[in-house]
Amino acid sequence: MTYTRRKVLGYGAAALGAAAIGLPTGVLAQTDELVIAYNVNLPSWDPTTGPSAVNPTIQGLYQSVFDQFVAQEPDLAFGPGLLTQWGWNEDRTKIMMSVREGVKWHDGSPLTPEDIVWSLERAAKPETGNPIQFVWSKIGNFSIEGNTITADVLSFEPTLFKWMSFLTGYVLPKAYYEKVGPEGFEAAPIGTGPYMVEKFERNAFVRLKANPHYWGEKPAFENVTIKFVTDAASRVAEIESGGADVTLEVPYEEYDRLIAKDNLSGSVTPISDIGMIFLNDIEVMTDPNVRHAAVMAVDKKLLVDRLLRGYGVPIDTLETPDYTAYDASVKTEYNPEKAKELLAASGYSTDNPVKFTIQTTKGFKPKDYEMIQAIVGMWRKVGIEANIEVYEIAKHYELRAADKLAPAAFYNWGNAIGDPTTSTGFAMYGPSPHSVWDGEDVINAINPLWGEMDEEKRIAGWKAVSKLIADNAYVLPLIQYVQPVVHSNKIKVVPHASGALLPALMKPS
Amino acid sequence: MQRILIRLFTMLITLFGVAVVVFIVIRIAPGDPIAMMLPPGATDEDVARLRALYGLDKSLLEQFFVWFGGIIQGDFGTSISLRQDVLGLVLNRLPATLELSLFALLIALSIGGPLAIWGARERGTSIEAGIDIANGAALSIPDFLWGLVLILTFGVLIPVFGISGRVSPRLDLPFVSQFYLFESFFRLRFDLTKDLLSHMFMPALALALPLAAIISQLLKQSLKEVMDLDYVVLARVKGFSETQVILREALKNAALPTLTLIGVQFTFLIGGTVIIERLFSYEGIGNMAIDAVINRDLPLIQGIVLVFALLFVLVNLAVDMTYTLLNPRLRNA
Repeated sequence: MTYTRRKVLGYGAAALGAAAIGLPTGVLAQTDELVIAYNVNLPSWDPTTGPSAVNPTIQGLYQSVFDQFVAQEPDLAFGPGLLTQWGWNEDRTKIMMSVREGVKWHDGSPLTPEDIVWSLERAAKPETGNPIQFVWSKIGNFSIEGNTITADVLSFEPTLFKWMSFLTGYVLPKAYYEKVGPEGFEAAPIGTGPYMVEKFERNAFVRLKANPHYWGEKPAFENVTIKFVTDAASRVAEIESGGADVTLEVPYEEYDRLIAKDNLSGSVTPISDIGMIFLNDIEVMTDPNVRHAAVMAVDKKLLVDRLLRGYGVPIDTLETPDYTAYDASVKTEYNPEKAKELLAASGYSTDNPVKFTIQTTKGFKPKDYEMIQAIVGMWRKVGIEANIEVYEIAKHYELRAADKLAPAAFYNWGNAIGDPTTSTGFAMYGPSPHSVWDGEDVINAINPLWGEMDEEKRIAGWKAVSKLIADNAYVLPLIQYVQPVVHSNKIKVVPHASGALLPALMKPS
Repeated sequence: MQRILIRLFTMLITLFGVAVVVFIVIRIAPGDPIAMMLPPGATDEDVARLRALYGLDKSLLEQFFVWFGGIIQGDFGTSISLRQDVLGLVLNRLPATLELSLFALLIALSIGGPLAIWGARERGTSIEAGIDIANGAALSIPDFLWGLVLILTFGVLIPVFGISGRVSPRLDLPFVSQFYLFESFFRLRFDLTKDLLSHMFMPALALALPLAAIISQLLKQSLKEVMDLDYVVLARVKGFSETQVILREALKNAALPTLTLIGVQFTFLIGGTVIIERLFSYEGIGNMAIDAVINRDLPLIQGIVLVFALLFVLVNLAVDMTYTLLNPRLRNA
């Protein structure tokens, strides 16, 4: 090939062009700020209304900007938040709350007890669209004296204060919200949390700045940029290229590869999210032998070791070891031989298998479809022939609410407050729109627990419910998920068992 | 004039048809938006309250007329997941997608055009065979795979381009419109232009490569067909070089079928932004469309699809008009 002057000039111009648009200002994370590649978009800045308010994956973003009534430690323990004290009176007809003094909103104005009352009253009004209105509406008639708030208990809800550190349990600024309205608040939200919103580009990023007025420990990073990188491959690329300091929810294979690099570290922490298979009391699932066999034939440890590369915790009930009503004595046995015997007693065998449909998502949770494929393989060996039907998560919600799930259906259940009402309770209580098992024995066992005022008795009651469910194989609990977080060696990350990734807990190492 | 009026009339009918189909299809599709936002412990009354709040308790026909009546008055409804005006949301994101699509088209033309001319000039040689192989490779790999290859190459191995987003988060943007690229250029803020192009380059290239291959193949074929026509032979006899013959004589006639194809393919390219924007976390209308579908945000899905449809119809209209202008036979018909 001959090189003419024109060709050389052309190649030079092309190279200059590529160099000119390459290397943008923000390709590499800077040392003076923390950059996080987050796995979900933030649809709305109001943490108390709309679908995003009940999306657990977004709570880490909200908790960076807003404070909750009651704080929750990384191990799910409850601690003082904007409320320093809280509780019921003796006969559970009133509640008392003490408001932290000296707290300021991001605009510098002081937090008042009126803000707390307004937030609770607003959350209880149906017209505001708070999805947890059914909890907040159980208190009312607030009165304020100094920094103490009292209210009447309209209907006893034992988990009321736990909800104050869970979905929609955020305190919003009364005066500011009323001044700017919902749209103004969406455009420029303020809270009392450790970070202030400096700039927000929907579907792209949010830039946070440390709150100089923050009442708690000052965050280690003055500036935090959270990029919304919803594609897992792109998040891997971001952390690998140095475009982000921290990322989460990468595939387990990639996690192992990334943390082997010299400049990256990681953590895998069990979080309050479990994988389970709903059993619906229809068709063959009304046969106890089939249910027990379906549960006994599944080797959960093998699923975790082989499919999830060890990243998961097998569970026997819907309560994980971190939850209040966890009972280590309740076990579901792995015994394929016994499963065969049970099926034989009902007239089934590998030559004449019992048949039903199992529904699952594909790609919604790590290895969900693969896990169901493996389970179907295990079932086949004992005489169960399950037909896999893939559906989208939206379809699952629709079918579950209408009680029309297949005899078996995979789902993941989150329970960041760790209370049995929000795990076993709503998942297994027949009248709940989230349950598909309608057995009277479970309903009767749960009924008295909703309003049980004696906490010890309440938790003991829920443990008994878990045992009843396990003894009768009304559900197939699978695994507790672990959350993979990959970060630069220069950053120290404290994982939160709720799954919320909180920049305020990160420090330079 | 009459031709344009007829086109505009058919355009309105098409859009109405799209509106009806979209409205029905997304309601038949699996997934109830209310079921998705039910908290643990929700009662039947809670479900009914939420359904009424979003107007989903009305009959399908009533819902359609409420929605369509709103559209006629410029009200596309309120997004369920974002709780903001749908039209505002869509118009806010559309410029990002338009800039990306136009930049991708520019790249496709810049690659496909010269390759076609080179291939036509070197017809019958190993160079033309090489161009055909390259075109085949570019076509056989879908745009999102190109995206992944580009991310690994220019995002990780040689990190020269931004992997995600439209612009570096730490830059302060003085823009008054959402057409960041154009505005940065006209404001002479070339630092921002550079940053925007750096973020746009990989997604645009991923979108452009398959289109570049199509342009290259079709234009080359058209050029080869006209290269033996009398007027081209005459130009050669006059002593023009082969390149001059192509550029001055053959290209104008050969470009007409390519132009039509570019119009059609450009609409596909805009459709391709849905996946590519997601991959690169690019804040366009496509990325928002995926979130809307995941959240079963019916008003937002309807709004986005209608705007996409309008865009497709307008592009086709523009191509038609351009074709008419360039083709004397149609112009005088």
